Amino acid sequence: MDLRFRDAEPTDDERAAVDAVLGPPPSSWHGGLRTEDDLHFAAGGREARDQRNLLLPALHAVNDRVGWISEGALDYICRRLTVPPAEAYGVASFYSLLSLKPRPARVLHVCTDLACQARGAQEVRRHVQERLGPPGTSWTPSPCLGLCERAPAALALEAGETPKSTVYAPALPDGGPASGTRAGGRAAGGANAGDTDSAAGQANVQLHDPQTERPDGPATGGARGPGGDGGQGARILLGREEPSAASAVPQAGDPSLVLLRRVGAVDPASLDDYRAAGGYAALRRAFELGPLGVVQEVTESGLVGRGGAAFPAGRKWAAVASRPARPHYLVCNADESEPGTFKDRVLMEGDPYALVEAMTIAGYATGCAKGYLYIRAEYPRATARMRHAIATAHARGLLGEDILGQGFAFDIEIRRGAGAYICGEETAIFNSIEGYRGEPRSKPPFPVDRGLFGMPTVVNNVETLANVLPILLNGAAAYARTGTEGSTGTKLFCVSGGVARPGVYELPFGATLRELLALAGGPPADLRAVLLGGAAGAFVRPDELDIPLTFEGTRAAGATLGSGVVLVLDGSVDLAGILVRIAEFFRDESCGQCVPCRVGTVRQEEALHRLSRAPKAEDLTLLREVGQAMRDASICGLGQTAWNAVESAIDRLGAFPLPSAPLTASVGAGSAASPAPSLVRAASPAAPVALPVPSPPEAS
Amino acid sequence: MTVPLPPPRRLVELTVDGAPVRVPEGSTILDACGGAGQDIPTLCYGDTLTPKNACRVCMVEVEGSRTLVPACSRKAEAGMVVGTSTERARHSRKVVLELLGSSVDLSTTPRAAEWLAEYGARPGRFGEDAAKVEQPVKVDNDLYVRDYDKCILCYKCVDACGEQWQNSFAITVAGRGFDATISTEFDAPLTDSACVYCGNCVEVCPTGALSFKSEFDMRQAGTWEESRQTQTTTICSYCGVGCNLTLHVQDDQIVKVTSPHDNPVTHGNLCIKGRFGYQHVQNLPSPGTSGTPRATSAGDITSPGTAPPRADATEVATGGRT
Ligand SMILES: Cc1cc2nc3c(=O)[nH]c(=O)nc-3n(C[C@H](O)[C@H](O)[C@H](O)COP(=O)(O)O)c2cc1C
Ligand code: SF4
Ligand code: SF4
Ligand code: SF4
Ligand code: FES
Ligand code: FES
Repeated sequence: MDLRFRDAEPTDDERAAVDAVLGPPPSSWHGGLRTEDDLHFAAGGREARDQRNLLLPALHAVNDRVGWISEGALDYICRRLTVPPAEAYGVASFYSLLSLKPRPARVLHVCTDLACQARGAQEVRRHVQERLGPPGTSWTPSPCLGLCERAPAALALEAGETPKSTVYAPALPDGGPASGTRAGGRAAGGANAGDTDSAAGQANVQLHDPQTERPDGPATGGARGPGGDGGQGARILLGREEPSAASAVPQAGDPSLVLLRRVGAVDPASLDDYRAAGGYAALRRAFELGPLGVVQEVTESGLVGRGGAAFPAGRKWAAVASRPARPHYLVCNADESEPGTFKDRVLMEGDPYALVEAMTIAGYATGCAKGYLYIRAEYPRATARMRHAIATAHARGLLGEDILGQGFAFDIEIRRGAGAYICGEETAIFNSIEGYRGEPRSKPPFPVDRGLFGMPTVVNNVETLANVLPILLNGAAAYARTGTEGSTGTKLFCVSGGVARPGVYELPFGATLRELLALAGGPPADLRAVLLGGAAGAFVRPDELDIPLTFEGTRAAGATLGSGVVLVLDGSVDLAGILVRIAEFFRDESCGQCVPCRVGTVRQEEALHRLSRAPKAEDLTLLREVGQAMRDASICGLGQTAWNAVESAIDRLGAFPLPSAPLTASVGAGSAASPAPSLVRAASPAAPVALPVPSPPEAS
Repeated sequence: MTVPLPPPRRLVELTVDGAPVRVPEGSTILDACGGAGQDIPTLCYGDTLTPKNACRVCMVEVEGSRTLVPACSRKAEAGMVVGTSTERARHSRKVVLELLGSSVDLSTTPRAAEWLAEYGARPGRFGEDAAKVEQPVKVDNDLYVRDYDKCILCYKCVDACGEQWQNSFAITVAGRGFDATISTEFDAPLTDSACVYCGNCVEVCPTGALSFKSEFDMRQAGTWEESRQTQTTTICSYCGVGCNLTLHVQDDQIVKVTSPHDNPVTHGNLCIKGRFGYQHVQNLPSPGTSGTPRATSAGDITSPGTAPPRADATEVATGGRT
């Protein structure tokens, strides 16, 4: 490979930011000053290319320092890593949080996604636009920020020597709660002023002009994170006003909690607290059982993945453990970007050592010496807490060469995403970590055979791993006694939208949707629908609240648990607007690799725009046909599920009833205005092949 | 890559559209279908490249699989039951063709019109306002033209330019989703990029989005007539590798050079000299049919009458670097 560069030079800041990640350049071949030796010996080559996986951290470093990545900076990174500039450009342009054009250091990301839309995001957006003008440089609409329990949310990211982030949740337009109800919109804090308090605590920053407001402004109390402590990439100071993670857990303190039991009860920065609350007993137990014993316990527990695909964890672990090729890798998927999902954030913010311990156990059981924690960049506080926990565990011999004197070596490296939902897909995550565009790979081969760096890899969701601790502590049999036969244990649900107490709830599998909503303050009187499972999930009607919340129960009802999203839509919500937003989300987040998804998501969005103006039979047919092709022919779960929610809205909620076509009878006449539309599932006259059950993404 | 004496491979038996087919282990479903006589459309599949399976026109139904599977890349397995024209498979092919036809210009994609008709695809049904890939034609060098209005993002050019063949990495997929395009870094002109003008990307492009300048100019002028062209395969005279060149000749003028993909040494790949340095063989002051108004730019090394020496040919394109 013969790299060719144009004449752009990095600025001193850019150079320093890159060197902070990669170390000083070893020679002029890497962009350093030329020495006599450099004239005689070439350097770089394979050694530099083997560092390709540092491409994204290096891009992050510049973006965090300067706010955007100039041609000079990109070229410098490429010299350092022997990456062709075109490839690095392709990678940088893949991520929505990286900019290749100049922009202000501080950018406000205003969530316009589902849970926020159900609670006044339009109002916030309008307000910000009034102040800052059209979106683009100083602010931008954002997909779900994982702060849905405090919707509507916004996040300011500010580049600099010490990058800063400020969370605004709920983001209140100037003038505070009172103005929230203006224009008929249901802005946060308006109709729901009371719940805001219980959910998010009192200490919320109001959304002033983000240009002038100081992110580290006067503290009004609330938790301050332990702070980032070195490591590669950026250091991020935390906004001081964020309420503690426990405020997202209305059940906090309830003795029946398993996964959430320490959230709010221990100081997330303190390893001693964690140990005093039972921490690291599970790892000791794992050492007693031995790797095979651990895999067996996990298999017998019936634990299935909580990331959306519901694949048995034990089978995945056993497969990787048995593969002769070495090294094995563990990847913890903390990319949590399914709109409406925030459970993994709460676990990481409230009980970070539990994830460190669980990853250590997973590494031990499956023969991995290295685990990557891939966490979305929109989670600065969770990232800081995890960094701190990993560093402390390291310092105390709970990570590193010889853990607890057992001769087991294991380490965890944090990798930050950069704004791409698709990187949560289990093979896209590998490409992202390796320094390539975060495009899913085609399966087979499956990750257990050829995953990260081509090696056998276990990918598990944060919540899945959290379950390993109670499994080892109490034994598989005891664990499996909770829940149902097909869905063992407890499940975290992310309840958001029109309820009094939004937040993360933990319930044994088998509880009904009605029971869950009762905990959250009960369904609103004018309940219109509940979106289960997120943008890739399905809507259920008010008369279906007795659905048992299990994998098999939701599947039988033609829905899915997905990532545990329970988004409650009341009568004030514009359903068509929600559907358009779902379509927009998939259009924005499609990686663009395959035609059905790249173009199909665009056509789906266009048809929904037309339908929300005037329902027409052709457009419904078109949606079904395109939807079927996306489901059948897309490479990955994103395209395969991009039509699920829209389909369920049409079939189950009777969205877009036709004025007087013969179809009307079955689609549910006049149901747009009716809270409980026809029970009759629409016969799908146009669907060439009826596949009524939305399928989860392909499991590995 | 052809290995002289491949070890004997076991045969696997599968069923394609009801008929038993036996193929060597490691073959794809597409190979098996070829053997069985089925004609499955393909776009991103390339006979000299590892399949990216991005276009999804080749999807077939395999019993027991939740989704359809790409014939071009899925390996045939013993006992597989494949349906190449089931309702589901045909439906998805039709929609994929419609999605492509409504977003990009398929006018120079060989067989596209035939497939659209065969599957009853109506790209127009998405309406006037359906978003399209709209990009101006990029003519920034004298050797080949990039018209990404026609690009279906099959990744073949990127793979050919990068690690699968040329190792130049001049182009990449940039952006995401519907906005993704093939691009150099910061969309720089090709002359500022790492491109070495091997033309290997043009060789594999299935849509005509990439085309030789000579062909592009003739198409613009309406003088491109494939039916009047002859193809002659010969050996490149520049160096000792001995690549095969196929000279496409219209009216006694070479109008483009391709290379046979089944050549065991070069697999259709050439360098700038073999691909573009052909003017010297036709610099005879021939009356010919030089009325062809295809040669316009001064640097066009295929223009009759201008007689750039070989070195100039490469300089024109690359600004002096080779
Ligand atoms: C488009 C897409 C996005 C995904 N995002 C996530 C995610 O953010 N977090 C996650 O844990 N799993 C996500 N998944 C599921 C993963 O592919 C994978 O199944 C999961 O991480 C495996 O872990 P588990 O078995 O513990 O659930 C996503 C899947 C798809 C198709
Ligand atoms: S389905 Fe969508 S996200 Fe997945 S590979 Fe295809 S284009 Fe990319
Ligand atoms: S001509 Fe060759 S070097 Fe240039 S872009 Fe095409 S494949 Fe790459
Ligand atoms: S330019 Fe041609 S080869 Fe390249 S991606 Fe587009 S269609 Fe494929
Ligand atoms: S934070 Fe806005 S939808 Fe989740
Ligand atoms: S030819 Fe098989 S996916 Fe493109």
